[in-house]
Parts: sequence; C-alpha cells; structure tokens
Amino acid sequence: MIKAILVFNNHGKPRLSKFYQYFDENLQQQIIKETFQLVSKRDDNVCNFLEGGSLIGGSDYKLIYRHYATLYFVFCVDSSESELGILDLIQVFVETLDKCFENVCELDLIFHADAVHHILSELVMGGMVLQTNMNDIMARIEEQNKIVKQEAGISAAPARAVSAVKSMNIPQQIKDIKLPDLPQAIKDLKF
Amino acid sequence: MALKKVKGNFERMFDKNLTDLVRGIRNNKDNEAKYISTCIEEIKQELRQDNISVKCNAVAKLTYIQMLGYDISWAGFNIIEVMSSSRFTCKRIGYLAASQCFHPDSELLMLTTNMIRKDLNSQNQYDAGVALSGLSCFISPDLSRDLANDIMTLMSSTKPYLRMKAVLMMYKVFLRYPEALRPAFPKLKEKLEDPDPGVQSAAVNVICELARKNPKNYLPLAPIFFKLMTTSTNNWMLIKIIKLFGALTPLEPRLGKKLIEPLTNLIHSTSAMSLLYECINTVIAVLISISSGMPNHSASIQLCVQKLRILIEDSDQNLKYLGLLAMSKILKTHPKSVQAHKDLILACLDDKDESIRLRALDLLYGMVSKKNLMEIVKRLLGHMERAEGSAYRDELLYKVIEICGQSSYLYVTNFEWYLTVLVELIQLEAGSRHGRLIAEQLLDVAIRVPVVRQFAVNEMTNLLDTFTVSAQSNSMYEVLYAAAWIVGEFAGELEDAERTLNILLRPRQLPGHIQGVYVQNVIKLFARLATTCLELQDLPGIVRLCDHVLDKLQHFNGSSDIEVQERASSACMLIEMLRTQLTATDESAMVMETAESGIPPLAIEIVQEMTLLFAGELIPVAPKAQRKVPLPDGLDLDEWINAPPPEDNPSSSSSEHDKEELFVSASQAGGGTAMGHDGGHGGAGKRRKSLELTPEQMERQRLARLIEQSNNPHYLKSTNASASAAGASNADQYDNIDDIPITELPLDMDGVAALRVGVTKRSDKYLQDQQAAAALQGGGAGKDGKKKHKKSKKSKKAKNKVAYNSSSESEGEPKPLHIVNTTLDMPEGVSLSDSEDKDGKYDPNDPHRALDIELDIADFEAPAASRSASKKSKEGKENLKVPAEPATNSTSKKEKKKDKDKTREHKRERKAHTQPVVVDLIDADTPTPSPRHAPAATATPNANANASNNSLNTSSTVLPDATTEEHHKQHKKKRNKEKNKEAAASVAEEATAASGSIIDVEDDASTLVASKTHKKKHKKEKSRRKEKKEESESATASASVSAADYEQPLGISTPSKEIF
Repeated sequence: MIKAILVFNNHGKPRLSKFYQYFDENLQQQIIKETFQLVSKRDDNVCNFLEGGSLIGGSDYKLIYRHYATLYFVFCVDSSESELGILDLIQVFVETLDKCFENVCELDLIFHADAVHHILSELVMGGMVLQTNMNDIMARIEEQNKIVKQEAGISAAPARAVSAVKSMNIPQQIKDIKLPDLPQAIKDLKF
Repeated sequence: MALKKVKGNFERMFDKNLTDLVRGIRNNKDNEAKYISTCIEEIKQELRQDNISVKCNAVAKLTYIQMLGYDISWAGFNIIEVMSSSRFTCKRIGYLAASQCFHPDSELLMLTTNMIRKDLNSQNQYDAGVALSGLSCFISPDLSRDLANDIMTLMSSTKPYLRMKAVLMMYKVFLRYPEALRPAFPKLKEKLEDPDPGVQSAAVNVICELARKNPKNYLPLAPIFFKLMTTSTNNWMLIKIIKLFGALTPLEPRLGKKLIEPLTNLIHSTSAMSLLYECINTVIAVLISISSGMPNHSASIQLCVQKLRILIEDSDQNLKYLGLLAMSKILKTHPKSVQAHKDLILACLDDKDESIRLRALDLLYGMVSKKNLMEIVKRLLGHMERAEGSAYRDELLYKVIEICGQSSYLYVTNFEWYLTVLVELIQLEAGSRHGRLIAEQLLDVAIRVPVVRQFAVNEMTNLLDTFTVSAQSNSMYEVLYAAAWIVGEFAGELEDAERTLNILLRPRQLPGHIQGVYVQNVIKLFARLATTCLELQDLPGIVRLCDHVLDKLQHFNGSSDIEVQERASSACMLIEMLRTQLTATDESAMVMETAESGIPPLAIEIVQEMTLLFAGELIPVAPKAQRKVPLPDGLDLDEWINAPPPEDNPSSSSSEHDKEELFVSASQAGGGTAMGHDGGHGGAGKRRKSLELTPEQMERQRLARLIEQSNNPHYLKSTNASASAAGASNADQYDNIDDIPITELPLDMDGVAALRVGVTKRSDKYLQDQQAAAALQGGGAGKDGKKKHKKSKKSKKAKNKVAYNSSSESEGEPKPLHIVNTTLDMPEGVSLSDSEDKDGKYDPNDPHRALDIELDIADFEAPAASRSASKKSKEGKENLKVPAEPATNSTSKKEKKKDKDKTREHKRERKAHTQPVVVDLIDADTPTPSPRHAPAATATPNANANASNNSLNTSSTVLPDATTEEHHKQHKKKRNKEKNKEAAASVAEEATAASGSIIDVEDDASTLVASKTHKKKHKKEKSRRKEKKEESESATASASVSAADYEQPLGISTPSKEIF
C-alpha cells in the first residue's frame, strides 16, 4: 500500500499532496515538512530509500523518492510494495506528466495542481497501484479531457477568452513588439 | 430572468479562477496568509451563489488551498453539491476535493450514499471511475456496507477500466466492512483469470494485501498463483505474486520446496533487477521456512548470497541498499554464508551514503565473533569520532552496545575491555541520547560479571571524579546514576573508599534522581567505612567520618528536589544517631578509661545494622518477570477489602479477565517444583494463616507461598546460597538459560594498572594484547610469557570446573576471560523466550484483524471446514443483499437474476456431472467457461481430496474429474498454443490420479518446471524487445532545456524502466 504521495520543490513548498490515510491539515503540513527535511539533506548520488519519518508510517514504512530538477517526488509505502517497482512507478508518473504537459516543469504543476491530481488518480487509486502502462494511462486521460472539452463547448468560449486576456502579460508583450528598424527602413527607401 | 442569468454568466468571467488564485498567492509571498484569508472570503461568497460553475470554480480553489494546509471541511456541503453535478468536469473537481478533505468519520458522508450509487451505475464509465477513485479515499463503514453490492456488480462490468477500479475498491470495502469479504471472494478469485491484464493485476494486488495480514486463509489459492507466476510476463504482477509467496511459504513448507526451482530459474533469467530482488527475497523466505532437508539447499543460499553480492557491489546505491537489506534476512538463519562476505559488508561501513552505512550496521550484528569483536568495535569507535550527524552517531553507539551485549555478552571475552569501551563512549565529546542505555549496560555488567567488579568500581570512581555535565542536550549524565550505584553497592571492592566517598559528597549540579542515588550510596559507603573502623577499633576515625559526612550532607539537605531532601535528611538522622552514641561514649570512656574497646556496644549495633541493610547479593531480574508472577493462592483480587457498596456488584468479567492476563495462576504454575526448596524458608509464610483452614490446606498454601516467594524477585532471599541453590534446582525450568553458578575467578590487577597509564585509546590496548596472545598461541610456543595468556589459561581451568558449555568454540578463538552470570530471577514456568509478541504485534485498530475470515477456497487440508464455510458464504451473500435500499432495487434485481441464471447453470452442470457436492466445492460460483478451465484442472485434485474424505461420494468422484480434464484438454488444443502446456496438463492428470494437490506432486515437479523454462525463454525475449522499445521512447521523450527556476524541465532521462 502507498500511504502518501508528496511532491514538493527544493524549498519544501508543496506542489502536490495526496494522503491515502486521513491526517488533518496541520499534521499533513508537518509531515510534508519533516519529509522535506529528511529528503533534502541527502546528496543526489545516494540511494533513493530512507526509513519513514516519525510522523508518517513507522518501521514498516519507507520513503522512496526521486529528485527531478527542482522537484522531489516522494512516495511513502509499506513493505508490501517493491522498492524498485515504486521507483519505476515514479518514473512513469513523471513521464506521463511530461507527455500531458509537453516538457513538464514545476510551473505546470503549480498552475495545474488539479490536472496533476487527475493524472495521478489514473496511476494510483486509494493507495494501490492501478495502472502502470503509460499508453493505457494516456488513453484514459485523453478520453477524459475530451469529455471535459465537449462539456465546456461553446459556453466556455467567453471564459476562455477572458482567461486568455488575463494571462496575457501586456507590458512584456509591448516590450516584445518588434518595430521595424526605421532608420534602416528610411535608408532603404529608394527615391 | 434571462437577463439575470446572462449577467451572472458575465460576472462569472471576472471571478478568480484557480490560475488567478495561484498567481495571486505567488505575487503575495510576503503576506500569503492574509491574501488567502481574503480569497477564502471570496470563495464563501461564490459558494452562496446558485450557479454550479461558480461553485465548482470555488471548490477547485479550495482544493488548492487545502494543500497549503488550510482546513476546508466547512465547505463539505458545497463539495457534495459539486460532486452531484451532472457535468463530468464538475463531478471530477467535486470528488477530488472530497478525496482530499473527507475522511471516514465525516458525518456528511451519510448524505452521499445515493449520489455515489447513482454515479457508480452511470452510463459513462468515467463518471463511475471518478466516483470510485474519490470513494477509495474516504469510504466509511456505512458507505462500504451500503455500496458493497454496487461495487461488486461493477467487478463484472463489461469495461475493463471499471472492473479494475472496482476490484481495487473492494479491498477498501473489506477493510471497513469485513462481512463483505466472504460473499465477494469468489468473484475476486475469478478476476485472477480475467482476460484483461490490468484487472488481473488488480486482483492479485488485492489478494496480496489481504494475504499479507492473514496468509493462512489464502494458502489454498497457491496453485492458481503458481500458474500465474509461471505464465505471466507482467513484471509488476510477478513481483506481487512472488511477494505473496514469500508470505505463504512459512505456513506451508511443501509450497516452498516447489517454489525454489522456478524462482531460481527466474533469478537466472530475468534482467529486471526489481524482479530479481523479489525472487531472492522469496527464496530467502523459503529457505528460512524449510531450513533443512533440502538437497540443493546450500546451493540456493549460495546463489542468493552471490547475487546479493553482485547487487552490493553495484555502483547503483539503490541496489547496494537493497542487497544489504536482503542480506540481513539471510543472516538470521544462515550467518555462516553471510560471514563469508564480511569484507564487503565492512567496506560498506565506509560508504558515503548514510542509509547504506546503517544497513551495513544491521548486518554487523551477525558478523562478530569472539575473535573480531574488539577490532570491529574499534572501527565503530573510529566512525563515531568522525560521524557528523548526531542521529548516526547515536545509532553507532547503539550498535556497539548491541553487538557486544548480544546473547548475554557471548562474544565479549574481556570485560575490562568492554567497560573501558563503555567509559570511552561516555567520554566522547559530542555526547549522545543513549546515556541511559550505557548506564544500564554498566549496571548489567557489574552485576552479572562478579570478577570485573573491582575493575568496575575503580573505573567508576574515576568517572565520577572526572565527568563533567556539559551540554544539556544529551543525556549522558545518566551514567552517573549507574556509576554511583556501582561504587556504593560494591563498596567492598574499592581500593580507596574514602576518596570515593568524598567524590560522591562533592556538591555538584545534577538532576534530582541522580543526587538521590548519590545520597543513598553515600550511606552504603559510609556503612562500609564505619565497619572498617569498627574492625580497627578506630573511634576517632569513626567520629571524624560521621562529622565529615554530616557536614557534607547538608548540601543535599537543601536540595530543591523532594526525593533528595528526604533521603539526605533520613541519612543525616541515621548518622546523627550513631554520632550521639559515639559522643556518649566519649564521656563514659572518660569515666571508665580502662575499657579497651573505645566503641560502645550500641554504636556497634547501629553500624552492624546499617551494613546489614545493604548486605546480600543482587541478581538480575528478567524484564518480564514481574508480570509472570503467579497469583498467590490465598489472594483473591476480586474479593472486597471492605464490604462492597450496596447498590451494585461490579466484580465484572473484565476484572477477572485482567487477572488472568496479569498472573499465571499459582496452581497452574506450581507443578512439581515445590520439592527443590522445601523448607528453605522455614516459617516465613506462617504469619497470615486464618483460623478456618484445615492443616492440609495450610500445608498446601504454605508450599505454594514458598514457591511463590522463591521466585518473587521482590522477595528478599535469606541467603545468597539459598538463592543460587534454588536457581540450580530450578534449572530445568529455565528454558534457554545457561544456568551458570556464580564463580569467583582470580584476576591479577597488574595488567590493569599498567593500562591506566595515560593511553589515549585505552581499549586498543586490549586488542593488541589479544592479537599478541593469539600470535603466541598460533606459534605453539608453550611459554606463558604474557600475562593475558596465563589468565586465559586460568579461566579455561575455571571453565572446566563450572562446566561452561563452550563446545562450539573453534580452536583459534580467544578464550573468555570472564564469565557472565546469566542466572536471571524468574518466576517458574516462565522462559525468557516467552514473548508478548502476540500482544505487541496486534494493533487493536488494525482492520485486518476483522478480515481474518476463513474463505471457502477448495481447501485440501480441511474439507469439512471449507464445506461449512461455503454454506456460510451463501448465507452471507443473502445477508448482504438485505440492506440494499429500495432505490437500487432494479440493480439488485438484475443481480439476483444473474445469480439465478448462474444457479441454473449450476444445476445443469450438476445434472451433467451427477456430482453436486464436489462441483460446489470446486467453486461456489460457476465459472464462465473459457478462462475457468485452467484452474478447474488445478482444483480437481482438491475436489478429489475432499471427496475421498467424504466417504459417501468417493465412488462417483472420478467422473467429474475426467470430464473437466477432457474439457481442459480440448480447450487447450483449440488454442493450440504450446505443447509444453499439454505436458503440464498431463502432469496435472497424473497428479489427479495420485489424488494430491499440486503441491504434493513432488516427483512430477521437475517435468513441470522443465516445460516452464521453455516458455520463460520466449518471455524473456519478448520483454527484452519491449524494454528496448521503451528505452528508445523515453530517450526521445527526455528533453533538457535549461531555463530559469521553475521552468526547468524535470529532465526525465533516467530510464530505469524495467518493469513496465
């Protein structure tokens, strides 16, 4: 069983937290903090397993993590899971994210936390591994996205337009506007 | 109205959506809390609106806020509203929010039952899928009960996606509502043969989880899993199955024998490290369970250890870690094979990775011998000086003590060395939180090893003298507790008791409980010194002593700690009493100067009484002794001391229960042990006799009491001798304890004195001595040039005297210098191995306890039981249907119909086979023909076994077996896949003829396995191709664009994807 899946960045900011056993919000934050402290002080060239912290798990539980650029993906699992298997599962998870977001980076996880949750729910359900085949996972996700798009349909168009305007960075855009090089243009003018 | 709606839609456009919220939070890093609280206010506004999209947006934002640590349970109602939306988009957001913040105790869940049921039965598979995913996170017992049937229906959905999710969901249902397990199990078992590999894998996953906690109930499934293991190519599933076998083998050694060969083949053939590792693990489990009687037993171990060595030598730290982890499992049963790789393990102690060092430390426990203990400990001490983290240092310290203290200091040959090590550990500058542990070790060694006491008291005096309580963060000062006690208790061994006394009396800042021990031991030392004075007739000396101690004790008298104060003032009173007697004599002595003994008899008496207080040998008490003390015969804990209160009689069953747990009843424990110390304690127990008892009863009670007293650790025994005599007479009850009488060994202290001359690392000296002695012994030189050598000879002689059992020692090993007294004070009928694991292991809240249900899998061991179980299961099924609510009548009717159809099928089959009982036993739910045949083949032997037990049916059993077998064959031919399988089938046939289950087939195993290996080669090739493909895929997928923080791609370029 997987007890929790945590994703946080190099500074310990949570990007995704999924607990398959109930903890109240305060305890969840403490667990994230503790896990971050345990994981972040480890070098990159040491092994990816460590004994669970005091808050989550106990002797039967292990933290299995991978560090990708700015993000830590940490799975807290008990002894019924294969350690190397979970490492591969993390890899599948990240590759799936990569496919869904096209060159995934931390920003994608920040702004689409809900989408990441939906993707994760196709891999793991209630703490048990649901699907490990990436093609199947992608098929499921795409089918669901199709439904969402259909439902949004034409009614969502104005909302999309507004959000497009909102996410437009006008000052930057103005800066980026390329005016033709006037002096050159003048020079090039042939009378 | 329409206008309002348009207006609402328009306004909605400018509401904050999730992206805006995230952006806002990132822009308000300095006052995040304030920003979020305004956002929450906005969300509350939004939730009050009627528009579901607005609510949905609000709930999505709440989910994000929840991740940041804010409680959002107040929005529960709104979340449910969003969940109940007909739009998939909203539903998904709603279920996500619910899965993040609801929990099984949420009261709101009552409201969701019908909604979730509707979603589960939705036409859109993703509605049901989302509902299942969400439900899996917050399902409550009530929901489980009410929805179990719906989820079970989904298990036979036409869509594999839903089947897969439903199967996993059932595990959550079982946890909350164990009654569902029995009726659902046949279906679950059926899913092991599902055509969809995902569903199959999910079913394996669920059964593995179930079997992990209650393996014995799933043993009959072994043949199915065995088949899956030999046919499947899904590594993920194989790992689960192999793990499951690891849990099953301890219960069934025959299974283990059967497994060894296919597993070994897998080990040889697989290229997936994860699979290899799990195979090794299970082989280890098998080897542990059968332990002996296997022809190629040692070959398997050798193979495992070899493969593990490869893992440990790998540059991948993960493999190294796992290799060490698996090694530690082998260590428990086959220490010899692990010891062969000592070099490797010791090298891992220097690894840069702390996790790996810790795992290597675990192994060290088994690596030590009498020969190398000193050397290993020296290395560990070296590590401790270099270790940076305090946690790691603590762990090292703990390990040092653990490896030295294991099995009553079996490997410690020289306790002076060990005490020196302990003192060095104490003097480490960094300190440690294990102060208490070291203190316990000091006490234990001093008590158990009488010979080393003289060395110990002097060491402890030095320690008391020089130890400075420095950092408050560590608990090292706890050792002073032990040191003070040791110098006091064994004051007789002290060279200079007065110096020690002065050290103890020195005013110091110490915690109260230690000061208390100081005071107590000051009195012990005082009594000892006073006795010497008495012997020397040194009246002025004793007076000076009294005054001195009285003076110094004033310091303790003023302590703020109540315990210290009390002890100090009673000590003062005692000494003052003596003092007044002495001064009284001063005057009387002036009168009658002739009196030769200057000390008055009263004073002598006081001093003698004081020494008596502390006389007597203490022996160690087993940690569990107290709770095993039998209840004295005359004592009735339920009897009222005063008359019971009139209103009710609360002598409930629970208190009786407690009594049974705490005490072994005296009559039970008594047995024939009374003879040993009959009369040992004379009339000690006669005080409490009551008038009503007959003489026989009294005699019986007295005997029982004597037994009890002799075993009661708190009962002070009259003499040392009687205690050891009792120990000797009880020897046969003390399982696992080498009953070694306490023996005094002569020990010359010259060597010790030499050692004390300022060597920085004093413990090293012992190592050098040992090596030198070994060299001497090895050279065969008969000269006893070295003192150590002489000593060891002496101890050898002594050993012979006390018949110390050391036959297992090899010649080259150093002989123990000191003997450990392993006698423990234990009540009779109790062995040290009596563990409370049973109490400790079971968590009363563990839902798996309720899942310990015997399932009606055709059971080859207890056919009768399984039959009754299958009956029960039918009842259970009916029960489960009752609570189904009227709203879902249609579905449950459908199900019933299906069931009816099935039963009809049943009947048909029964008619055809004219063998109702057996068919029923093979499988309560009749199979859908195609995937079912294979297990039928494996199940028939079971049925056969059942039938042969049931004498009524014996004659007709042959028939159905033959027919199913035929079916089986035909089906196989149709598929025409591999000839190997037919071979397997024929083997199965033979097995049927022999009327044994697949496990029993010992002789045919080899052919079966041979056929499997063929297949495996095919598989291997396939999987290799697959892997290559995946590798190239992931290589193209990986991208490395350098960008600013956050925009850095995650760079997934490490394709360790061997599983999928």
